[in-house]
Amino acid sequence: MSDALTAETVTLPGADGDLIEAYLARPAGTTRRGGVVVIHHMPGWDRGMKEITRRFAELGYDAICPNLYVREAPGAAPDDAAATARASGGVPDARLVGDVAGAAAHLRALPTSNGRVGVIGYCSGGRQTVLAACHLDVDAAVDCYGAFVTGTPPEGFPLQVGNLVDQLPELRTPLLGLFGNEDRYPSPDDVDELERLLTAHGKTFEFHRYDDAGHAFFSNDRPSYRVHAANDGWERVAAFFTTHLGTPRTTDPAGS
Amino acid sequence: MCTYATIRTEIDGSAKGPGSSWTHVTDATVYFDHPVHAAAEHTLNIDFVDPARGPGSRVAVELTAASARELVRAIEGALASAPAELTV
Repeated sequence: MSDALTAETVTLPGADGDLIEAYLARPAGTTRRGGVVVIHHMPGWDRGMKEITRRFAELGYDAICPNLYVREAPGAAPDDAAATARASGGVPDARLVGDVAGAAAHLRALPTSNGRVGVIGYCSGGRQTVLAACHLDVDAAVDCYGAFVTGTPPEGFPLQVGNLVDQLPELRTPLLGLFGNEDRYPSPDDVDELERLLTAHGKTFEFHRYDDAGHAFFSNDRPSYRVHAANDGWERVAAFFTTHLGTPRTTDPAGS
Repeated sequence: MCTYATIRTEIDGSAKGPGSSWTHVTDATVYFDHPVHAAAEHTLNIDFVDPARGPGSRVAVELTAASARELVRAIEGALASAPAELTV
Protein backbone atom coordinates (compact mmCIF):
# COMPACT_ATOMS: atom_id res chain seq x y z
CA MET A 1 0.00 0.00 0.00
CA SER A 2 1.26 3.47 -0.87
CA ASP A 3 1.99 5.86 1.96
CA ALA A 4 1.39 8.90 -0.26
CA LEU A 5 -1.25 11.37 0.82
CA THR A 6 -2.39 14.90 0.19
CA ALA A 7 -3.52 17.50 2.70
CA GLU A 8 -5.10 20.89 2.16
CA THR A 9 -7.60 23.36 3.56
CA VAL A 10 -11.00 23.26 1.90
CA THR A 11 -14.18 25.26 2.32
CA LEU A 12 -17.53 23.59 2.93
CA PRO A 13 -21.01 24.54 4.09
CA GLY A 14 -21.49 24.02 7.81
CA ALA A 15 -24.33 24.92 10.16
CA ASP A 16 -26.89 27.30 8.63
CA GLY A 17 -25.04 27.06 5.34
CA ASP A 18 -22.15 29.13 6.68
CA LEU A 19 -18.97 28.49 4.74
CA ILE A 20 -16.32 27.12 7.08
CA GLU A 21 -12.77 25.98 6.51
CA ALA A 22 -11.65 22.43 7.15
CA TYR A 23 -8.36 20.55 6.93
CA LEU A 24 -8.70 17.59 4.57
CA ALA A 25 -6.16 14.77 4.35
CA ARG A 26 -6.57 11.95 1.84
CA PRO A 27 -4.60 8.88 0.89
CA ALA A 28 -3.41 8.80 -2.71
CA GLY A 29 -5.20 6.52 -5.12
CA THR A 30 -8.79 5.73 -5.99
CA THR A 31 -9.54 2.88 -3.60
CA ARG A 32 -12.90 3.31 -1.92
CA ARG A 33 -12.58 3.94 1.79
CA GLY A 34 -14.28 5.24 4.89
CA GLY A 35 -14.10 8.80 6.14
CA VAL A 36 -13.23 10.26 9.53
CA VAL A 37 -14.35 13.61 10.93
CA VAL A 38 -11.84 14.85 13.52
CA ILE A 39 -13.35 17.25 16.06
CA HIS A 40 -10.56 19.38 17.44
CA HIS A 41 -9.82 19.92 21.11
CA MET A 42 -10.61 23.05 23.06
CA PRO A 43 -7.21 24.62 22.20
CA GLY A 44 -8.44 24.71 18.65
CA TRP A 45 -7.64 23.87 15.05
CA ASP A 46 -3.93 23.59 15.70
CA ARG A 47 -0.91 21.72 14.40
CA GLY A 48 -1.54 18.74 16.67
CA MET A 49 -5.08 18.25 15.38
CA LYS A 50 -3.88 18.52 11.79
CA GLU A 51 -1.21 15.90 12.50
CA ILE A 52 -3.91 13.60 13.82
CA THR A 53 -5.99 14.23 10.71
CA ARG A 54 -3.05 13.29 8.49
CA ARG A 55 -2.51 10.16 10.56
CA PHE A 56 -6.02 9.00 9.71
CA ALA A 57 -5.16 9.47 6.04
CA GLU A 58 -2.04 7.41 6.63
CA LEU A 59 -4.31 4.74 8.14
CA GLY A 60 -6.28 4.73 4.90
CA TYR A 61 -9.20 7.09 5.53
CA ASP A 62 -10.30 10.34 3.98
CA ALA A 63 -10.11 12.57 7.05
CA ILE A 64 -11.35 16.07 7.70
CA CYS A 65 -11.06 18.46 10.61
CA PRO A 66 -13.37 21.49 10.49
CA ASN A 67 -12.29 24.72 12.16
CA LEU A 68 -15.04 25.16 14.74
CA TYR A 69 -13.79 28.61 15.72
CA VAL A 70 -13.62 30.16 12.27
CA ARG A 71 -16.69 32.32 12.79
CA GLU A 72 -15.34 33.94 15.97
CA ALA A 73 -11.81 34.34 14.67
CA PRO A 74 -11.41 34.05 10.90
CA GLY A 75 -7.78 33.86 9.89
CA ALA A 76 -6.51 34.04 13.47
CA ALA A 77 -3.73 31.88 14.89
CA PRO A 78 -5.20 28.75 16.53
CA ASP A 79 -4.34 29.85 20.08
CA ASP A 80 -5.84 33.30 19.54
CA ALA A 81 -8.95 31.74 17.99
CA ALA A 82 -9.32 29.38 20.95
CA ALA A 83 -8.99 32.27 23.40
CA THR A 84 -11.63 34.23 21.51
CA ALA A 85 -14.00 31.27 21.38
CA ARG A 86 -13.53 30.63 25.09
CA ALA A 87 -14.20 34.26 25.96
CA SER A 88 -17.38 34.25 23.89
CA GLY A 89 -18.82 31.14 25.53
CA GLY A 90 -17.64 28.31 23.32
CA VAL A 91 -19.31 26.54 20.42
CA PRO A 92 -23.12 26.24 20.60
CA ASP A 93 -24.27 22.62 20.35
CA ALA A 94 -26.61 23.15 17.39
CA ARG A 95 -23.86 24.84 15.41
CA LEU A 96 -21.46 22.00 16.20
CA VAL A 97 -23.91 19.43 14.89
CA GLY A 98 -24.38 21.43 11.70
CA ASP A 99 -20.66 21.82 11.12
CA VAL A 100 -19.98 18.10 11.66
CA ALA A 101 -22.89 17.26 9.34
CA GLY A 102 -21.29 19.44 6.67
CA ALA A 103 -17.92 17.77 7.15
CA ALA A 104 -19.46 14.28 6.97
CA ALA A 105 -21.36 15.21 3.81
CA HIS A 106 -18.14 16.50 2.27
CA LEU A 107 -16.47 13.15 2.95
CA ARG A 108 -19.36 11.14 1.55
CA ALA A 109 -19.34 13.23 -1.63
CA LEU A 110 -15.73 12.33 -2.37
CA PRO A 111 -15.36 9.87 -5.26
CA THR A 112 -13.38 7.55 -2.99
CA SER A 113 -16.05 7.34 -0.28
CA ASN A 114 -17.48 3.95 0.65
CA GLY A 115 -20.36 5.76 2.34
CA ARG A 116 -19.18 5.23 5.88
CA VAL A 117 -18.10 8.05 8.17
CA GLY A 118 -16.77 7.93 11.71
CA VAL A 119 -16.35 10.81 14.12
CA ILE A 120 -13.57 11.22 16.68
CA GLY A 121 -13.02 14.10 19.06
CA TYR A 122 -10.60 15.09 21.78
CA CYS A 123 -11.19 17.05 25.01
CA SER A 124 -14.24 19.26 24.34
CA GLY A 125 -14.40 17.46 20.99
CA GLY A 126 -15.01 14.20 22.87
CA ARG A 127 -18.28 15.52 24.22
CA GLN A 128 -19.08 17.01 20.82
CA THR A 129 -18.47 13.62 19.21
CA VAL A 130 -21.11 12.02 21.41
CA LEU A 131 -23.42 14.95 20.69
CA ALA A 132 -22.95 14.54 16.93
CA ALA A 133 -23.49 10.80 17.17
CA CYS A 134 -26.84 11.42 18.89
CA HIS A 135 -28.07 13.58 16.03
CA LEU A 136 -26.29 12.56 12.83
CA ASP A 137 -26.21 9.49 10.66
CA VAL A 138 -22.65 8.33 11.24
CA ASP A 139 -21.21 4.84 11.49
CA ALA A 140 -18.82 5.03 14.45
CA ALA A 141 -17.89 7.50 17.18
CA VAL A 142 -14.81 7.84 19.39
CA ASP A 143 -14.89 9.97 22.53
CA CYS A 144 -11.40 10.81 23.78
CA TYR A 145 -11.75 12.15 27.33
CA GLY A 146 -14.70 14.41 26.68
CA ALA A 147 -16.00 16.19 29.79
CA PHE A 148 -19.67 16.81 30.57
CA VAL A 149 -21.15 13.97 28.59
CA THR A 150 -22.32 13.08 32.08
CA GLY A 151 -21.75 15.02 35.28
CA THR A 152 -22.77 18.57 36.00
CA PRO A 153 -20.84 21.66 34.95
CA PRO A 154 -19.83 23.75 37.99
CA GLU A 155 -22.06 26.58 39.12
CA GLY A 156 -21.39 29.79 37.25
CA PHE A 157 -19.99 27.81 34.35
CA PRO A 158 -19.53 30.27 31.50
CA LEU A 159 -19.51 28.00 28.45
CA GLN A 160 -22.72 27.05 26.69
CA VAL A 161 -22.39 23.44 27.75
CA GLY A 162 -24.71 21.06 29.54
CA ASN A 163 -24.36 17.33 29.89
CA LEU A 164 -25.80 14.97 27.28
CA VAL A 165 -27.62 12.59 29.60
CA ASP A 166 -31.06 13.31 28.13
CA GLN A 167 -29.73 12.82 24.60
CA LEU A 168 -27.95 9.50 25.12
CA PRO A 169 -31.06 7.44 24.24
CA GLU A 170 -30.66 8.87 20.72
CA LEU A 171 -27.09 7.65 20.29
CA ARG A 172 -27.12 6.06 16.83
CA THR A 173 -23.77 4.43 16.51
CA PRO A 174 -21.22 2.26 18.32
CA LEU A 175 -19.11 4.32 20.71
CA LEU A 176 -15.46 3.83 21.66
CA GLY A 177 -14.40 5.75 24.75
CA LEU A 178 -10.80 6.37 25.83
CA PHE A 179 -10.19 7.91 29.24
CA GLY A 180 -7.40 8.65 31.70
CA ASN A 181 -7.97 7.53 35.28
CA GLU A 182 -6.24 10.64 36.60
CA ASP A 183 -8.55 12.98 34.71
CA ARG A 184 -11.06 15.05 36.66
CA TYR A 185 -13.01 16.31 33.64
CA PRO A 186 -14.25 13.67 32.99
CA SER A 187 -13.61 11.94 36.29
CA PRO A 188 -13.65 8.15 36.63
CA ASP A 189 -17.05 8.57 38.32
CA ASP A 190 -18.32 10.46 35.26
CA VAL A 191 -17.12 7.63 33.04
CA ASP A 192 -18.78 5.08 35.34
CA GLU A 193 -22.04 6.99 34.99
CA LEU A 194 -21.74 7.06 31.21
CA GLU A 195 -21.09 3.33 31.20
CA ARG A 196 -24.21 2.72 33.32
CA LEU A 197 -26.40 4.90 31.13
CA LEU A 198 -25.23 3.35 27.87
CA THR A 199 -25.80 -0.10 29.29
CA ALA A 200 -29.28 0.86 30.47
CA HIS A 201 -30.11 2.22 27.02
CA GLY A 202 -28.84 -0.93 25.33
CA LYS A 203 -26.13 0.90 23.36
CA THR A 204 -23.06 -0.70 21.83
CA PHE A 205 -19.90 0.70 23.37
CA GLU A 206 -16.33 -0.13 24.30
CA PHE A 207 -14.39 1.80 26.94
CA HIS A 208 -10.70 1.71 27.78
CA ARG A 209 -9.26 3.50 30.79
CA TYR A 210 -5.61 4.14 31.43
CA ASP A 211 -3.74 4.38 34.71
CA ASP A 212 -0.95 6.97 34.86
CA ALA A 213 -2.85 9.09 32.34
CA GLY A 214 -5.00 12.14 32.78
CA HIS A 215 -6.58 14.48 30.29
CA ALA A 216 -5.13 14.98 26.79
CA PHE A 217 -2.86 11.93 26.84
CA PHE A 218 -2.84 11.88 23.02
CA SER A 219 -1.34 15.39 22.81
CA ASN A 220 2.29 14.64 22.07
CA ASP A 221 3.34 18.28 22.27
CA ARG A 222 2.14 18.72 25.85
CA PRO A 223 3.29 17.46 29.26
CA SER A 224 0.01 15.51 29.48
CA TYR A 225 1.22 13.12 26.76
CA ARG A 226 1.39 9.48 27.91
CA VAL A 227 3.05 7.24 25.40
CA HIS A 228 1.55 3.97 26.64
CA ALA A 229 -2.01 5.25 26.71
CA ALA A 230 -1.61 7.05 23.39
CA ASN A 231 -0.11 4.06 21.59
CA ASP A 232 -2.72 1.66 22.95
CA GLY A 233 -5.43 4.21 22.19
CA TRP A 234 -4.34 4.57 18.58
CA GLU A 235 -4.46 0.78 18.21
CA ARG A 236 -7.99 0.70 19.67
CA VAL A 237 -9.14 3.47 17.37
CA ALA A 238 -7.62 1.81 14.30
CA ALA A 239 -9.30 -1.50 15.12
CA PHE A 240 -12.64 0.17 15.86
CA PHE A 241 -12.67 2.07 12.59
CA THR A 242 -11.59 -1.01 10.64
CA THR A 243 -14.62 -2.82 12.06
CA HIS A 244 -17.15 -0.06 11.50
CA LEU A 245 -15.86 1.86 8.49
CA GLY A 246 -14.09 -0.85 6.53
CA THR A 247 -16.92 -2.24 4.45
CA PRO A 248 -18.97 -0.22 1.97
CA ARG A 249 -22.30 1.02 3.17
CA THR A 250 -25.15 -0.55 1.26
CA THR A 251 -27.80 2.09 1.97
CA ASP A 252 -27.82 5.67 0.80
CA PRO A 253 -26.79 7.76 3.84
CA ALA A 254 -28.57 10.80 2.47
CA GLY A 255 -31.85 8.92 2.39
CA SER A 256 -31.63 7.12 5.71
CA MET B 1 -8.18 18.05 32.67
CA CYS B 2 -9.78 20.86 30.82
CA THR B 3 -11.38 22.95 33.54
CA TYR B 4 -13.35 25.05 31.05
CA ALA B 5 -13.88 27.55 33.89
CA THR B 6 -13.41 31.05 32.55
CA ILE B 7 -13.67 34.37 34.35
CA ARG B 8 -13.98 37.57 32.35
CA THR B 9 -13.51 41.04 33.69
CA GLU B 10 -13.47 44.49 32.17
CA ILE B 11 -10.20 46.34 32.52
CA ASP B 12 -8.80 49.62 31.30
CA GLY B 13 -5.16 49.91 30.35
CA SER B 14 -2.58 49.06 27.76
CA ALA B 15 -0.46 46.05 26.92
CA LYS B 16 2.51 45.52 24.68
CA GLY B 17 2.21 42.49 22.51
CA PRO B 18 2.24 41.35 18.89
CA GLY B 19 4.76 43.22 16.77
CA SER B 20 6.13 44.95 19.88
CA SER B 21 3.39 47.52 19.62
CA TRP B 22 1.28 48.92 22.41
CA THR B 23 -2.45 48.45 22.37
CA HIS B 24 -5.36 49.54 24.51
CA VAL B 25 -6.98 46.59 26.33
CA THR B 26 -10.53 46.51 27.64
CA ASP B 27 -11.06 42.91 28.76
CA ALA B 28 -9.18 40.22 30.64
CA THR B 29 -10.06 36.54 30.44
CA VAL B 30 -8.68 34.42 33.28
CA TYR B 31 -8.73 30.64 33.40
CA PHE B 32 -6.82 27.67 34.80
CA ASP B 33 -6.27 25.11 32.08
CA HIS B 34 -3.75 23.56 29.74
CA PRO B 35 -1.21 26.07 28.45
CA VAL B 36 -0.28 26.45 24.82
CA HIS B 37 3.39 27.10 25.49
CA ALA B 38 4.37 26.93 29.16
CA ALA B 39 6.04 23.69 30.28
CA ALA B 40 3.41 22.67 32.81
CA GLU B 41 0.30 20.51 32.59
CA HIS B 42 -1.91 23.32 33.82
CA THR B 43 -1.38 27.03 34.17
CA LEU B 44 -3.21 30.16 35.18
CA ASN B 45 -3.80 31.91 31.89
CA ILE B 46 -4.66 35.54 31.32
CA ASP B 47 -5.65 37.00 27.98
CA PHE B 48 -5.59 40.78 27.72
CA VAL B 49 -7.66 41.89 24.76
CA ASP B 50 -9.63 44.59 23.08
CA PRO B 51 -12.30 42.58 21.23
CA ALA B 52 -12.71 45.39 18.74
CA ARG B 53 -9.14 44.84 17.55
CA GLY B 54 -9.66 41.16 16.75
CA PRO B 55 -8.25 37.88 18.06
CA GLY B 56 -4.70 38.52 16.88
CA SER B 57 -4.28 41.52 19.17
CA ARG B 58 -4.37 39.30 22.25
CA VAL B 59 -1.59 39.58 24.84
CA ALA B 60 -1.41 36.29 26.71
CA VAL B 61 0.46 34.97 29.73
CA GLU B 62 0.57 31.42 31.10
CA LEU B 63 1.78 31.12 34.71
CA THR B 64 2.26 28.16 37.00
CA ALA B 65 -0.19 28.19 39.90
CA ALA B 66 2.56 29.13 42.37
CA SER B 67 3.84 31.98 40.23
CA ALA B 68 0.31 33.24 39.61
CA ARG B 69 -0.20 33.46 43.37
CA GLU B 70 3.13 35.28 43.70
CA LEU B 71 1.99 37.70 41.04
CA VAL B 72 -1.27 38.35 42.87
CA ARG B 73 0.72 39.11 46.04
CA ALA B 74 3.09 41.36 44.11
CA ILE B 75 0.23 43.29 42.54
CA GLU B 76 -1.51 43.70 45.89
CA GLY B 77 1.77 44.74 47.47
CA ALA B 78 2.54 47.31 44.81
CA LEU B 79 -0.93 48.80 45.08
CA ALA B 80 -0.74 48.87 48.88
CA SER B 81 2.62 50.69 48.79
CA ALA B 82 1.20 53.64 46.88
CA PRO B 83 -0.76 56.49 48.47
CA ALA B 84 -4.37 55.44 48.66
CA GLU B 85 -5.59 58.48 46.80
CA LEU B 86 -3.57 57.48 43.76
CA THR B 87 -4.99 53.98 43.48
CA VAL B 88 -8.73 54.60 43.55
